[in-house]
Amino acid sequence: MTIAPIKISQTINAPPARCFELFVNRIGDWWPKGQTLSKGDYKALTIEPKKGGRWFEVDGNDQDIQWGEVLAWEPPYRLLLVWRLNSNFAYDPKLHTEVELTFKDAGAGKTTMNLEHRDLEKLGDNAEKFIGMLAGGWESHVATVTKFIEAQK
Amino acid sequence: MAYHSNSQRALSALAEPVRQEIYERLATRPQAVGELAAQMPISRPAVSQHLKILKEAGLVTETPDGTRRIYRLDPRGIAAIREWLDQTWARALVDFKIFAENAEKQEKEK
Repeated sequence: MTIAPIKISQTINAPPARCFELFVNRIGDWWPKGQTLSKGDYKALTIEPKKGGRWFEVDGNDQDIQWGEVLAWEPPYRLLLVWRLNSNFAYDPKLHTEVELTFKDAGAGKTTMNLEHRDLEKLGDNAEKFIGMLAGGWESHVATVTKFIEAQK
Repeated sequence: MAYHSNSQRALSALAEPVRQEIYERLATRPQAVGELAAQMPISRPAVSQHLKILKEAGLVTETPDGTRRIYRLDPRGIAAIREWLDQTWARALVDFKIFAENAEKQEKEK
């Protein structure tokens, strides 16, 4: 069973190189406040600009909270990140879900930006156990699950 | 984190280690309150209380079996996690677009 990836596309009125640079270098300035693991506002949110660079935040107590790493560093068109926060929002070094960002030149100084967050079935081991249950004949919920998966396609 | 609606409840319900354990035990097989309490160092009413929260969060469902109630995972729980991520990314990218376009505008006006 796979869970459909999250895909978002949008056009930005700025060229790809500019978008790429702002996305990475200024993530701590544009990422929504209160939408991180810190209790209250985060102090910093950083993507280290290189392959293997860390993706992490610093909370109000100056503690680092890891999110993942940079898997592919291809400015200005592509950035591949690994998201290792599980379904309990705990960092799990063994969890591997990918967030791919592409910045395509849309002409006239614009960019078509695409985001794909995939491998969502790996989020925590809940999904895996869930699959095991289905295989074990958890029939009463098969219809609901099938409906959900089909709706995601 | 600031969550949304159903996914908010699902994720905050699972943030409590005891509820996570109950959820994981139910993932192995559907069980009644008494069975769960027998395997854990907490009382039966405490298990019931946690199950109530898991149920309200859309993570477990119950079905009657004679005088007992059997609890099992609700498959919609996984949908909630995906929904939360979807909403978070959507909001983050809108904020990014606004930020990037403002930055670009300021650069051009210099």
